[in-house]
Amino acid sequence: MIEFWVILTGILVGITCGIAGVFLILRKMSMIADAISHTVLFGIVMAFIITQTLNGFWMLVGAACAGILTAYLVQLLQSSGIQEDAAIGVIFTSLFAAGVLLITLFAGNVHLDVEHVLMGEIAFVPWDRWTLLSITMPKAVWMLLLVLVINITFLVLFYKEMKLSTFDPVYAATIGLPVMLLHYGFMTTISLTTVSAFDSVGAILVVAMLIGPAATAYLISKSIKQMFVWSITFGVTAAVIGYYSAKWLDTSIAGMMATIVGVIFIVVFAIDKINSRLNKKVVAEIDMKEHNSNI
Amino acid sequence: MLSGNLLWVLIGTMLLGIAAGITGTFSFLQKQSLVGDAAAHAALPGIALAFLITGQKELPVLMVGAAITSALAVYCIQWIVTYSKLKADAAIGLVLAVFFGIGIVLLTIVNRSPLGNQSGLNDFIFGKAATMTKSDLTWLFISAGIIILVSLLLYKEWKLMIFDPVYAKGIGLPVEALKACLTALIVMTIVTGIQAVGVILMSALLIIPAASAKLWTKKLNTMLLFSAICGGLAGVAGTFISSIRTGLSTGPIIVLFAASIFFISYVFSPKSGQLSKYLRKKKFQQQGDVS
Repeated sequence: MIEFWVILTGILVGITCGIAGVFLILRKMSMIADAISHTVLFGIVMAFIITQTLNGFWMLVGAACAGILTAYLVQLLQSSGIQEDAAIGVIFTSLFAAGVLLITLFAGNVHLDVEHVLMGEIAFVPWDRWTLLSITMPKAVWMLLLVLVINITFLVLFYKEMKLSTFDPVYAATIGLPVMLLHYGFMTTISLTTVSAFDSVGAILVVAMLIGPAATAYLISKSIKQMFVWSITFGVTAAVIGYYSAKWLDTSIAGMMATIVGVIFIVVFAIDKINSRLNKKVVAEIDMKEHNSNI
Repeated sequence: MLSGNLLWVLIGTMLLGIAAGITGTFSFLQKQSLVGDAAAHAALPGIALAFLITGQKELPVLMVGAAITSALAVYCIQWIVTYSKLKADAAIGLVLAVFFGIGIVLLTIVNRSPLGNQSGLNDFIFGKAATMTKSDLTWLFISAGIIILVSLLLYKEWKLMIFDPVYAKGIGLPVEALKACLTALIVMTIVTGIQAVGVILMSALLIIPAASAKLWTKKLNTMLLFSAICGGLAGVAGTFISSIRTGLSTGPIIVLFAASIFFISYVFSPKSGQLSKYLRKKKFQQQGDVS
């Protein structure tokens, strides 16, 4: 049963991040997600300092605020002429440093230690349970389900708008779509995804799960819908294989899942390259035959 | 007040800040700030691997391991961008997260092995400037010195390479080799700094001073000077403040000090600061009212 909950958490992380990652890659905002995954720490610490509890709900709120704050500050610096990569770098490192400092100052002896936040400990997931509507499930599973529902709702409601503002932001703005609002809305879902996944698997795995499967899917997909399917598939595969190989090698589960994300990328990349080379060869042979028969 | 060791640590973090300020400026101008971030994360598996293979906790050995995986990560990023349709941001994010994941896997293996007792390697994630030993500092001095010296020697060539690569190639400069040399130096800066401020905050030292300097000047030599001073100042002030009270980690304070220099530059710099922009706009509007 314990193993079941851990794997279920991993799979849910795979699905949630897989969905959130698609537009992240398409909008070229992967590094903003990386930034948010670091600054979420700041939001969580602030939520703890203000409420003095480790309540999951307030953490979600704090993380969402920190995520929006990050997106807003990066936008602010960029619009005043600072190049994008530097804007992201300045903001996230500063907020992350502030988060680490606040933890050492105010929350040193609470469960919020920084290493835990960075690396996560998915193996502890099953012990921390919540009961809602007389169903008892681990807290992480509840939070991930909640965020998954939020992510899907956001996509169902704004799929067309997101698509348009991703591929043709100027046109989207001209026909009156609230491009900025969509941007911040999307950033909110990214921060919610980050915080829900991060309590169980740590900040770094969230980045791996957000960017990796979607980037791999991007290599081989011909449409956005296809990309969603592949992204979720790769995310879930990485979670399951990662869990079992971590168990086999007796090491960090989150770290192993991130490693598998990389392995899947390499495999898919290689297969895709070989395929396209074979295709070219076949096409060239057909061309040659036609050429010869014409003579 | 200034005990012997603290003085050396202060000089060490100052040199580190200066070195990072200089190489950071070059990587900033190449729009590669976040590549440095990925390289810093990628140092972790190298450190763990070097320890697993050699079984030694000697700093030079670990630094070599870190340098190899960091360089490998930079190479991977360039490779992905060249040979796939993925954009730079996705490539950087992917490489960063995967390398760090591998690093954590290796670190847990190290921690479990009988050789690697808990303390020690974990310090590389957050840094331990305040408790560095004499021999740690010697390495820091040497490599920071080399970085500063090489940057000064290659200053002219890099300047040309960054601002006019076509012309640089035309007059016969080995542009690719210069680029590789710059990457190597950035990796070396990161490797030098991770012991003091840690993997994650090292990228801050590369990015923030350079970004602040850009707000004050457009000339490369003044920008380098400002960035070096900003980095050095942050190093000294951060270490000093964190030494006053126990329990304050050095890395975050150095970064926050650098961040406040950036904030001041962002608001008050005479050319591109927000305040001067606002005042100019207001003046302009008033002129418009009068006429």
